[in-house]
Amino acid sequence: MPLTRLLPLVALLALGVFLALNLGRPQQATIRSAMVGKPVPAFALPGLGDRPGLASADLAGGEGPVLVNFFASWCLPCRVEAPQLKALAEAGIPIHGIALRDAPADIAAFLARHGDPFVRIGRDEQGQVAIAFGSSGVPETFLIDRRGIIRLQHQGEIRPEHVAEILAEARRWR
Amino acid sequence: MIPSPAELGHLSLWLAAAAALVMAAAPVRPALVGLARPAAVAHGLLLLCAYAAMTHAFLVSDFSVSLVATNSHTAKPLLYRLTGVWANHEGSMLLWVLILGVAGLAVALARMPLGETFRARTLGSLGVVALGFLAFLLFASNPFARLDPAPPEGMGLNPLLQDPGLAFHPPTLYVGYVGLVVAFALAVAALLDGKVGPAWARATRPWVTLAWAFLTMGIALGSWWAYYELGWGGWWFWDPVENAALMPWLAATALLHSIRVLETRDALRNWTLMLAIAGFTFSMLGTFIVRSGLLTSVHAFAVDPTRGLFLLVLLLGLTGWALLVWALRAPKVAEGARFAMTSREGVLVVNNLLLMALLAIVFIGTLYPMALEAWNGRQISVGPPYFNATTVPLIVLLAVLMGVGPFLAWKRGTTSGLSRRLLLPGLVATASAGAMLALFGVSGLLALLGVAASAWLAVASLQLLLRRGLTFGRAGTALAHLGVAVSILGATASGALQREALVSIPLGDGFALSGFTVTLDDVAPRAGPNWTALEATLSVTRDGAPVATLRPQSRTYTSPPMETTEAGIAMWRAGDLYAVLGKPDGSGRWQVHFWVKPLIHFIWWGAVLMALGAVVALGGALRLGALARRRRALPAPPAAVPLPAE
Repeated sequence: MPLTRLLPLVALLALGVFLALNLGRPQQATIRSAMVGKPVPAFALPGLGDRPGLASADLAGGEGPVLVNFFASWCLPCRVEAPQLKALAEAGIPIHGIALRDAPADIAAFLARHGDPFVRIGRDEQGQVAIAFGSSGVPETFLIDRRGIIRLQHQGEIRPEHVAEILAEARRWR
Repeated sequence: MIPSPAELGHLSLWLAAAAALVMAAAPVRPALVGLARPAAVAHGLLLLCAYAAMTHAFLVSDFSVSLVATNSHTAKPLLYRLTGVWANHEGSMLLWVLILGVAGLAVALARMPLGETFRARTLGSLGVVALGFLAFLLFASNPFARLDPAPPEGMGLNPLLQDPGLAFHPPTLYVGYVGLVVAFALAVAALLDGKVGPAWARATRPWVTLAWAFLTMGIALGSWWAYYELGWGGWWFWDPVENAALMPWLAATALLHSIRVLETRDALRNWTLMLAIAGFTFSMLGTFIVRSGLLTSVHAFAVDPTRGLFLLVLLLGLTGWALLVWALRAPKVAEGARFAMTSREGVLVVNNLLLMALLAIVFIGTLYPMALEAWNGRQISVGPPYFNATTVPLIVLLAVLMGVGPFLAWKRGTTSGLSRRLLLPGLVATASAGAMLALFGVSGLLALLGVAASAWLAVASLQLLLRRGLTFGRAGTALAHLGVAVSILGATASGALQREALVSIPLGDGFALSGFTVTLDDVAPRAGPNWTALEATLSVTRDGAPVATLRPQSRTYTSPPMETTEAGIAMWRAGDLYAVLGKPDGSGRWQVHFWVKPLIHFIWWGAVLMALGAVVALGGALRLGALARRRRALPAPPAAVPLPAE
């Protein structure tokens, strides 16, 4: 038997080993985005009512990393992730909010209804800051270390199973 | 006490596994060969019982069966309770083995000119495959698993799947996959017997043709469903799961053509056997990709590594065994006859090479992202830019050859009279490309080539259809090739002439796009049996006259909670006006995505023509078999007469 006849079998086995090695790999909700490892873009946003606004200078220089959460009152998944944001805030991570294309009265009503875990809130009325962050929509959450470098981009709502991952990542960048 | 139907179904599965074991063991000893047929019949009937029991559980909403509780609901319409059986992981695998069982039944009962030992070997291979899948069902995804206590209400069905287009997409595709399993079993039996030749090709071709017709329709149904249900505005996305169905189709297409060479000229023996094995391997790989959640895809239903591993072992075991038999036995199957390069066989070999190149492109594009990530951790996605750039030139080349091939003679390399036959297709092709350039200003090279290739192939196929002495086989070829031409035209025109607009407008406002004026008249809530929706009313006019009213919806289903988009589609000539309602922006404006897609329906009509061509050719192949039997039965002694069907 010529050995070339075994080539298809060898190719199949190689494919099998390759597929088996990849099988258990967890599917990621965290996107390894192009923004990770880059400094936050410079911005300064007006606040809600008489609360102070949010600027890029507020994110760096603290005691540890902070979270920046893009949300909107018109976004359904943002309501879903409210308890998880509360849990993260209670775990000691400061969370800043950026309300995307939203009216002040609607934001206030949303916070009154679903809780307000935010230290500072900026109103991004034109969505320009969201674009500068490379954000794909709401809700989306960024982890920023004390030097002002983006360390994590979480697209979509934070589900209960994501909280531990985000806390671990925050500890890493303390 | 009368046992419940679900328990009887569960029992039937175990008994079917026992029957499959008998099928697998029968060809090993000559004394047992006679058991193969009764075992296959029992196997098929038991699986029918199991499937009927599961259908019963869905119909009466027996929520003590876990599968019914998680996938059904008392409020679900009757049709979707029936289709709900296979619209989930366990049920779809149950359907898979059911179709395999019915195929075994057909092999057991149909005429088998190659003899009873050969039949037993074929059924033996089918038995091995069935045993593997039944083990997977019983140990890793038991559809009859109970839920205690039984909930008073089910959790519903994924609303995306409550759609006639999708309801019939999986069974159609599965019939195609299983048809390839039969071709695989016949190939393994042929390798073991050493009986590879025209007679084997004649026995196998109907199965491949049938599988091909169903795969074609299954893929077309899936594409059509994605187009009008998912609201992505496209008909093919090169998504891993789409590719998973495309790969066996490409292998089956190659097999369909090479088996014709084997049947007529007794050439390409080992290659044809290899293709039969490859077709099955890619069906298994398709099932594996969809069911393991290995690749990130819109279709990834069941993300479960254990099941994935089980399927992978099954895939490797079955294919590895077949390839080993091929490696050991293929040299003993003598190479077939020689032929000239410009004969019909020569062109069919080029066709096979091009199809294999396409298969390699799709295979690499599908698995490359995963390979790269395993290699250096980088995440990339391979999408339409890669696939379109690599596949379109090959498809155009294939279309050109498809126009020529059927006019060539077998064996001889003569090309006389060919230029006369191809004059008209050539002229029409040039004229249509010129018309596209002059009338519509389409200047993309690939688009012009696509239109020209489609016109070339269409005219050549029609000529073939109108020639004297039309046979079933030639009519089938002509129809299928015409279908390819129609699909290529639809794909090219809907891409090159498509216009789209994405606007954010308040009520009462409108916009204009390529001669159409679209006005957003209203956005109002609507309610269905298990959903609520926001429905927009868009009126479309052209030159002041109303053309259509589109009602795209943004739906929210209640059980399970899920948002879907329902595209608003109106047919305009052979194309579509297509609208998707997006989110409100919070200040009274609504996002509306609007497309004009000329000739897009040609894509699916082409697929229907292809499948129709296959059915006509299948009729031809069966008739040819009957004729051959009659001829052989006359002078031969009684012992050579094949057993009559039961």
